[in-house]
Amino acid sequence: MLLELDHIDIAYGNTAVISDVSFQLEDGDIGCLLGPSGCGKTTLLRAIAGFEKISSGKILIQHGVVSSTHLHIAPERRRIGMVFQDFALFPHLSVADNIAFGIRTMVKEQLNKRVEELLVLVGLEGYGKQYPHQLSGGQQQRVALARALAPRPSLLLLDEPFSSLDVELREQLVPEIRRILKKEKITAILVTHDQFEAFAMADNIGVINQGQLQQWDTAYHLYHQPASRFVADFIGQGVMLPGTVLNQQQVETDLGIIDGEIPTGCKKGCAVDILVRPDDIIHDDHAQQFAEVIDKRFRGADFLYTLRLSSGNEVLCFAPSHHNHQIGERIGIHHEIDHLVIFPQEK
Amino acid sequence: MQLTKRQQASTFNLPRPDWWRGSVFLVTLILALPVLVIFSFIFTPSGEVWQHLADTVLADYVSNSLLLVFGVAIGTLLIGVSSAWVVTATSFPGRKLFEWALLLPMAIPAYIIAYTYTGMLDFAGPVQTALREWYGWGYGDYWFPDIRSLWGAALMLTLVLYPYVYLLARAAFLEQSVCILDVGRSMGMGPWAVLFKIALPLARPAIITGLSLALMETLADFGTVQYFGVDTFTTGIFRTWLGLGDSAAAAQLSAMLLVFVFTLVIIERWSRRQAQYFSSRTFKPMPRIKLTGMRATFAFITCFLPLLFGFLLPAGQLLSWSIDTAGEMIDSSFFSLIINSLLLAGSAAIIALVIALFMTYGKRMRGNKAISTAVRISAMGYAVPGTVLAVGVMIPFAWLDNTLDSWMRDQFGYSTGLLLSGTIIALLFAYTVRFLSVSLQTVEAGLGKIRHSMDDAGRSLGYTPGQVLTYIHLPIMRSTLLTAVLMVFVDVLKELPATLMLRPFNFNTLAVRAYELAGDERLADASSAALAIVLVGIIPVIMLSRAIARAKPGEEHVT
Repeated sequence: MLLELDHIDIAYGNTAVISDVSFQLEDGDIGCLLGPSGCGKTTLLRAIAGFEKISSGKILIQHGVVSSTHLHIAPERRRIGMVFQDFALFPHLSVADNIAFGIRTMVKEQLNKRVEELLVLVGLEGYGKQYPHQLSGGQQQRVALARALAPRPSLLLLDEPFSSLDVELREQLVPEIRRILKKEKITAILVTHDQFEAFAMADNIGVINQGQLQQWDTAYHLYHQPASRFVADFIGQGVMLPGTVLNQQQVETDLGIIDGEIPTGCKKGCAVDILVRPDDIIHDDHAQQFAEVIDKRFRGADFLYTLRLSSGNEVLCFAPSHHNHQIGERIGIHHEIDHLVIFPQEK
Repeated sequence: MQLTKRQQASTFNLPRPDWWRGSVFLVTLILALPVLVIFSFIFTPSGEVWQHLADTVLADYVSNSLLLVFGVAIGTLLIGVSSAWVVTATSFPGRKLFEWALLLPMAIPAYIIAYTYTGMLDFAGPVQTALREWYGWGYGDYWFPDIRSLWGAALMLTLVLYPYVYLLARAAFLEQSVCILDVGRSMGMGPWAVLFKIALPLARPAIITGLSLALMETLADFGTVQYFGVDTFTTGIFRTWLGLGDSAAAAQLSAMLLVFVFTLVIIERWSRRQAQYFSSRTFKPMPRIKLTGMRATFAFITCFLPLLFGFLLPAGQLLSWSIDTAGEMIDSSFFSLIINSLLLAGSAAIIALVIALFMTYGKRMRGNKAISTAVRISAMGYAVPGTVLAVGVMIPFAWLDNTLDSWMRDQFGYSTGLLLSGTIIALLFAYTVRFLSVSLQTVEAGLGKIRHSMDDAGRSLGYTPGQVLTYIHLPIMRSTLLTAVLMVFVDVLKELPATLMLRPFNFNTLAVRAYELAGDERLADASSAALAIVLVGIIPVIMLSRAIARAKPGEEHVT
């Protein structure tokens, strides 16, 4: 266990910013804190780094307590590396000196060797003498990563590291950074509001809302088995379709009877909401059921249709892009709901 | 960017109770003391002297000050805006040179250009002598305008103050995107129509900002109007204070002047805010109109005349005078003048820097609304005229000295004499109040370049807060600190009225010496001191022009 958060609370004055967050990160894993802006994910990261104090709970790095109610180890003594949203490169130092900033006590030869090694690692051989303002955004981001990795930190923290880059560059850099971290066996935590970035980078993702950790899980489970309405809503697309519990294995909805595990809290006759993803609804010309196209969005490989069922409820549906239907047209659908996700209806 | 206040505040953990914040407020209060003292006199009943002033000269003070402001406003607008438009919108031989050389008149304090033109234009001066020789006139045969008049003073002030308008107008014209101006062109407007219908209205807030700065300097001017015998508020305050010895009346006059000054401050602040609405997002500098032949000559003259009359002629005259008089004027007492001035300006610059650092770091670490307001208030001194400031410093300092002295005599039978008033301390305090804003602005801009994430990056790489200051802040801030010191240094060196009124007995500086010699009609003898001030005054002009050159990368691609 490399990082352990144990019932963390953070408060500014009387305002709770983070309440009761716990999770663990294994050695060599990449974790991600995902949530809408203002949810407290950056505060949580800064608490791990030591820039914020916690009001209760414990943070342990490599089994050593670094934060608790009474103890606060300064950030410079935590052996962490950090990559910032704006990269925070030092403008007065060359790329090589930026990278060497955290290892200045090293013997000169070793230091140079380490800097060279890192330049190669991040693909910037020959850029050592340049200054940050001469580099592109993507290159600056690599320098920031090399600088954070130089002292061989036990934990790397990345605060929205891709948000200042344009989409194309992001798509290219995200897998590359993951490859570097995995190759170097770095344990890391990433903060982001972009779920696709989280999916591409992280082994485990924690979804945070209003200071609370909703779920700590793999991307696959977050999508298919969301633990709360918020996670269901925040991750991926989908709608909540009302239904009525028939028995322990079946729910009746506008789409027909759906089979699956019903949580024990829901008895027969109980009103529930069922999460229906766009990929759960299959467009099928031979189907028994029809729905009216009320909106469509062409996305290249497929269409995202918004369909109105005869009951008036709406569902989303992905259809291959050669299935071009007009708005108002009625098309045949059937459902393939493999993971039944049910929430009791809100009053 | 999600840098909230709490994140900024946690960069360094300061001990509680928070003495830093408290000290910022205390320093602000001390710096605001002179202005508060002056305003407190609005409410004291007016004495005999005030009544006398109100009956006799007050109307003159008001009308002369306003006429002066009016004249300088017209003059600086004409020169500043036209030259700024010509150097930004067109291209002609010499344009690049004028771009920075048009700032040179800023190096000459108004009172020095006034002495110089008086010497050049008086009966025995080179201009009238040449006219007489040319036409064979004698004394009394011809009429020659008297420079020593209200309109002469307005002209002198215009010649050295137009760069304020020029600087801000030029910056505003440069910011105007080609897109906006192209809209005008696409609607069939010619270059003149574009100037009057689009460019000028867009630049108006910036121009008003520059104008209000120039007018604040006009109201603050003492040396020029005093020498030209124009009765304004500043000369009135000086005379009431020294001649009539009535501090209450002087303070009441000062309060009245401050009302005018703060009106300008409010206009300046307001127009700065307006200016923000006008900058467009997508920026592409406009292509210059290439001028040739007559039009190029006309553009050249538009830029050359202000430079000629605002700098080349007076500086050349000063140089030739000081070469003539160097033998007798440059002696050991001249060197002690220089040393006095340098020590005084240097100390003031360093005090201002230390306070500016203290306040800006306080704001960075402990920033909240109250701190920001405190910092803004302590930067207000730039608007307070030197004469007003001297009165505002002298009254509380004299009171403190007297109170302490009588208490010591009562208790111990020992007289402390004057500890604060009439000493260097009073002088340094006044300089700090007046010029702190220069230091503050520079340091704030410099520190703003060091983002909070850089502090955090340093900490995450194993550096303690102290090491972050040494290895990150200090190297990045070095040139900023130097700039802040130099700017205040030069301003102090040029300052006349506060120095004149607050200096210790027999303590002379270059500015005071130039004033005294000029007052004795020894204009040529005053030239060495005046030239020394001008030479030092060129330093900030060079720094400004370098900032101008840096501020627009990529210009080469366009021209």
